[in-house]
Amino acid sequence: MSTPAPLPIEHASKSLLGKITTPASNPGVKRSLVTLASSIVAVLIALVISGILLQVTGKDALTAYQKIIETGTQGDKLLEMLQRATPLMLSAVAVAIGFKMNLFNIGVEGQYLFAALIAAVVGAELSLPAPLHVAVILIVAMAAGAFWAGIAAVLKVKRGVNEVIATIMLNYIALSVIQWLFDSFFRDDSVSGLNVKTKLIPTSGWMPNMFDGRLNSMLIVALAVVFAYWVLVFKSRFGFRLRASGLNGVAARTAGISSNQMIVLAILISGAVAGLIAMPSVLGEIHAYGQGVPDGLGFAGIAVALLGRNHPAGIVLAAMLFGFLDSTAGALQLAKIPNSILDVIQAIIVLTVVIVNEAVTRSMNKRTANQTARELEGAAPTAATLPEAVTA
Amino acid sequence: MSIVAPTQLEAPNTAPSAGFIARINRTAATRTLTAGLVLVVLLSITRVITGADDLTSSGTVGTTLRLAMPILLAGMAGLWAERVGVLNIGIEGMMILGTWFGAYGAWQFGPWVGLLLGLLGGALGGLIHAVATVRFNVDHVISGVAMNLFAFGAMRYLSEIVFTGEQGGGISQSPVQQAPIPRFNMPFLAGGQIGGWKSPDMLGWLEEKHWFLIGDVAGLARGLVYNLSWATVIALALVPLSTFVLWRSRFGLRLRSSGEAPDAAESLGVNVTRVRYFGLLISGAFAGLGGAYLSIVASSYYRQGQTAGRGFIGLATMIFGNWMPSGVLGGALLFGFSDALKLRRSDSLTALFLFITFVAGLLVVLSLYRRKAVSAVVAALAGVLFLIAYLTVEEVPESLTQATPYVITLIVLATASQRLRPPAHAGKPWRAGEGH
Repeated sequence: MSTPAPLPIEHASKSLLGKITTPASNPGVKRSLVTLASSIVAVLIALVISGILLQVTGKDALTAYQKIIETGTQGDKLLEMLQRATPLMLSAVAVAIGFKMNLFNIGVEGQYLFAALIAAVVGAELSLPAPLHVAVILIVAMAAGAFWAGIAAVLKVKRGVNEVIATIMLNYIALSVIQWLFDSFFRDDSVSGLNVKTKLIPTSGWMPNMFDGRLNSMLIVALAVVFAYWVLVFKSRFGFRLRASGLNGVAARTAGISSNQMIVLAILISGAVAGLIAMPSVLGEIHAYGQGVPDGLGFAGIAVALLGRNHPAGIVLAAMLFGFLDSTAGALQLAKIPNSILDVIQAIIVLTVVIVNEAVTRSMNKRTANQTARELEGAAPTAATLPEAVTA
Repeated sequence: MSIVAPTQLEAPNTAPSAGFIARINRTAATRTLTAGLVLVVLLSITRVITGADDLTSSGTVGTTLRLAMPILLAGMAGLWAERVGVLNIGIEGMMILGTWFGAYGAWQFGPWVGLLLGLLGGALGGLIHAVATVRFNVDHVISGVAMNLFAFGAMRYLSEIVFTGEQGGGISQSPVQQAPIPRFNMPFLAGGQIGGWKSPDMLGWLEEKHWFLIGDVAGLARGLVYNLSWATVIALALVPLSTFVLWRSRFGLRLRSSGEAPDAAESLGVNVTRVRYFGLLISGAFAGLGGAYLSIVASSYYRQGQTAGRGFIGLATMIFGNWMPSGVLGGALLFGFSDALKLRRSDSLTALFLFITFVAGLLVVLSLYRRKAVSAVVAALAGVLFLIAYLTVEEVPESLTQATPYVITLIVLATASQRLRPPAHAGKPWRAGEGH
């Protein structure tokens, strides 16, 4: 305690340095593996809880899970899983960009629906060679999504309006504006009956389907967006600034990062990605805007982003898990089990994964701290104060 | 844990600044009153010019109240949660629990039991949120989002099991309830009954004369006392009650201290964990009551999607109201009013344009008086814009009128000064005993 010892400190720093630079035990990889393993355990716990809920309400949990596993082993169901996962990935990335900047973009829902209408209308008016046509439509969708999100950005930066309120209100306003634009200008009157939609996009603007139409190639775009998200947010200087502003705005400002600029950019990029969410249906299925453009994907994306912990790989896995569960809905209903149990299972999974991860991270941090403390003590038994200083 | 609580915690009113605060409150009250009076005068001028009588009719006020109550209760749910330091994105889900259990109770046992069951259902949601966020320290947003997802799926699942096969029931709705919550008219003011004798409807008589200002005030006042549901009275009474508990009681001080500085509160002997559990139970109960109001008072059965995002709008109202019960009430009424106008007649909406023009004009004068050139120009521009809109727009398309309350909320937020102060520790992770 009272021994001022220069030597032990040197020892300690060497052993610490050794720990950090030893390539054999890469802590990042180990952490990811532990996260993955604990997530799988958490999913199993969630299934047990949901099973209890099923039993209590008089349904056979074993039959339900048997059905889910049965469908999961069919090849075409795997394609359906990927098809359903595509918009979820995009939606989750859109939400995650906001979260990385400490912004809650709850308005992805309105942004993607607005973008879907604008993209479908512009796409129907254009006639371009195939790849260019698709590219232009995608860019228009991104621009429209960014525009709608940009309203919230301007309100936040110029007038200090909380982005949560602004995007919630803009969701509802988007629905009205879409309805109005659709009814007054864009509705294709040559189509009669209930299946109202905008003018059809010419075939050059369609996004090609793969595997006999079971999977749309938007999946590739979605994966590219996830990759771009990884590079942009986790590997670039811009991403560093973004995350720094999100983690500690004051510190970032001190370092010369304009938080207003970061807010605007984060919301615009988030909105641009959101603009792509409905493209699998608009460009791959309906080829217009109208009945059949799915809603609710913006909110589902929030759950997927949270489940994937805003990490690119996590988002892809979480989207696939949700997509898989969604793809079993039909089989469950056939087995007389209300498929709304899938929503319940998804909600419980989100909660248990986060709880288990939190517990595991805590215990791992504690273990690392204790281990470091022991090692330091072994290296320098005299310097009793050191471990505290390191673990604090 | 709770040894002798320090004096600061025990006696909030003996601080030297108490008189100062009271003075501020009084000037704030006068300001609010003046502003309200000016707005009523502008409203009646607008009504006289446009002839849109619905602008200040008792019917509009009654509809406003009915539409505002679920949002008010949702906003109060958010307030109770954030005041103890926990974000509650899951209000929407807790309201869904309230609509379902409320409708179930009302269908099986009558409306009052329904309200109670709805309240308990919401509180159950609050308990789950508390276990996740307080016990397991889960990120508050994640837990809230999971709650919304859970409630939607679980109530659809239960409907399929309980309501399917009953008359009028199904996967997405419950059977219709037999009896509503009773309503009443205030005697003398709105023609209520006193033991079989029908008293005169004084405000109604005044309102029908449509005299400038008097008719308007009578209409606005009559809306508050005519055909009023007891459930509305209860919901309104919960606002001052919340203010009292949170700001005037010892327990309330502990509640708020765990939302502002949980470490400090803990070091003074407050059991923050227990206080947060309590706050979230109340929060869930408010949300559940709001849901039950929707399925029992505003309608007579449960329907999937009945909450229609009111939990989120309530959250917005809470921020709008600066985390104060009176502010939440104001926000909810503003929202309900614009919602009510859109429901009634479309010419009320164009009249509203003229009203906004007047308000903008007033803002121009105020800004010039305070020598704020930029805001004067902005207000003048907005005024001109809305005047043009009033003069040119014959009728607002039906689809766009749907957006009125949301647009007005954004306009008010963008023009009002943003001096919001959330509870300092709301939404941050915290564990007992680790702060010191």
